[in-house]
Amino acid sequence: MTRSYDFRALALTIVILVVALGAWELSTNTQILPGAGEMTEYERLMGGGSQNAGVPAPSAVMQKAWEELSDPFHNTGANDKGIGIQIAYSLMRVLSGYALAALIALPVGFLIGMSPLMFRALDPFIQVLRPISPLAWMPLALFIIQDSEASSIFVIFICSIWPMLLNTAFGVASVRKDWVNVARTHELGPVKTAFQVILPAAAPTIVTGMRISIGIAWLVIVAAEMLVGGTGIGYYVWNEWNNLDLTSVIFSILMIGVVGMALDAAFGRLQRAVTYTE
Amino acid sequence: MTQPFLEIDGLAKRFPGSKGEQLTVFENVNFDIQKGEFVCIIGHSGCGKSTIMNVLAGLDEPTEGVVTMDGKEVSGPSLDRGVVFQNYSLLPWLTALKNVMFGVKARFPTWSKEKVEEHSYAYLRMVGLTNGAEHRKPSQLSGGMRQRVSIARAFATQPKLLLLDEPFGALDALTRGTIQDELLKIWQDSGQTVFMITHDVDEAILLADRILLMSNGPFAEVAESVVIDIPRPRKRAEMIHHPAYYKIRNHLVDFLSRRSGEIAASPREQSGGRRQPLTVRPGADDEKPTPDAERVRPHLVSLAG
Repeated sequence: MTRSYDFRALALTIVILVVALGAWELSTNTQILPGAGEMTEYERLMGGGSQNAGVPAPSAVMQKAWEELSDPFHNTGANDKGIGIQIAYSLMRVLSGYALAALIALPVGFLIGMSPLMFRALDPFIQVLRPISPLAWMPLALFIIQDSEASSIFVIFICSIWPMLLNTAFGVASVRKDWVNVARTHELGPVKTAFQVILPAAAPTIVTGMRISIGIAWLVIVAAEMLVGGTGIGYYVWNEWNNLDLTSVIFSILMIGVVGMALDAAFGRLQRAVTYTE
Repeated sequence: MTQPFLEIDGLAKRFPGSKGEQLTVFENVNFDIQKGEFVCIIGHSGCGKSTIMNVLAGLDEPTEGVVTMDGKEVSGPSLDRGVVFQNYSLLPWLTALKNVMFGVKARFPTWSKEKVEEHSYAYLRMVGLTNGAEHRKPSQLSGGMRQRVSIARAFATQPKLLLLDEPFGALDALTRGTIQDELLKIWQDSGQTVFMITHDVDEAILLADRILLMSNGPFAEVAESVVIDIPRPRKRAEMIHHPAYYKIRNHLVDFLSRRSGEIAASPREQSGGRRQPLTVRPGADDEKPTPDAERVRPHLVSLAG
């Protein structure tokens, strides 16, 4: 039953993919190029096409993907680094900013969740800081830190801290009283109670927050790198746009999606590992 | 007379009401429990049974009064007082075995992991939870099995006093009967002192040496202490043919359906001093009250006054 259901879903996915790619391919091929002899000087200069440059066909994108992915780590200068290197730069920034955020958000979230007083005291700060677009911090970060690399890590830090902080606080605050009572009747100290009862009880909520955070961090890094430049997948997209290489732009967009999916899947796996049913 | 094992003295619980007045749930609650005794407490909802239980467990503070166990005043939770809650209170991310080990590790922190596991297994076997069931999480166990794990955890920590808060309230009648028998057997083998809340009159008669009856709240009190004069070991099927059984049962049902409300409606006396609940033996051969009961009969006094 479920196997045939899975199979039907997969088959449908493939059908939709083929139809979409086919439609895309057809729509880009309708542009019939005139013979070279009939082209004006201007047309030859512009590559023989019309004035409106066409979106590349999926076949061209696939060919580009093959080229790039067969040599992902080549490095022949500032403007020609392999896609693997660019993604590695982005991932490194995301993970360091994210790790810093986790280092602060998890303990502070725990504190806020345990103490209604601290929650009330810190709530106004969180409410004001949370809705600020992370990129708005960029000028201030660049001015204070005076280093574009560290500034982009700071932007990741500031955008991924909030979901982790709030979810940790919420998860810790809503641990069932019964379980805390179990810890109390077993004379567990505060540290043991935190690690043996509250942490596992709140873990599903905390990991949900971490999953949201990593998703946001990956969204933001692209924009941050477009702004900061130098390296990274965001810079790569913008650089290829400046080169008017739309094939590469589409290819890198797809790669952003694939990496984001992989990050989410990793946290999804972690989430399944800590989830329990009551 | 030697000092009783557990002494509850002048316990009262009051909450501030909406108009600034004090709402009294119960007051003047005095009773003793001897070592090795199995005592049940019965009363209608809202009489504060669970609050008394939580005070004994150290999870709640009384407004007035003192609880003394083994000569020491009870304050805060302790491993000396094991609790089985109605909703099992197992940690859902741990397997049945790990849940019991959690308690054993807390109780005997110096034990090796092997010893903790062996000890925990022994108690799980005692409640009939083996053959792979011990490696399942609570969500994969039935209500009856969960409560067995909970009981195993409580007994495995070998507390001086075991507190059971309506442990079988959520179980179907058949499972309830089986676990009652198991509890009875474990209790007889261990000599554990047990204090248990229940709503079930038959359950109380089967298990208890003594049943404390609470009048209705607010201003609830422990009105009577009913001695169950049915010899042990008790068997459910044989017990109902014992001549004392229906006398006791009728007494309890009469109290719950009629007198618990009447006592609550009668005027309260403002006397100080420690009043023990009236001891009654409805199952005893002679129907005369014991001399102990003759000495203090608070409600007859209060009705007359």
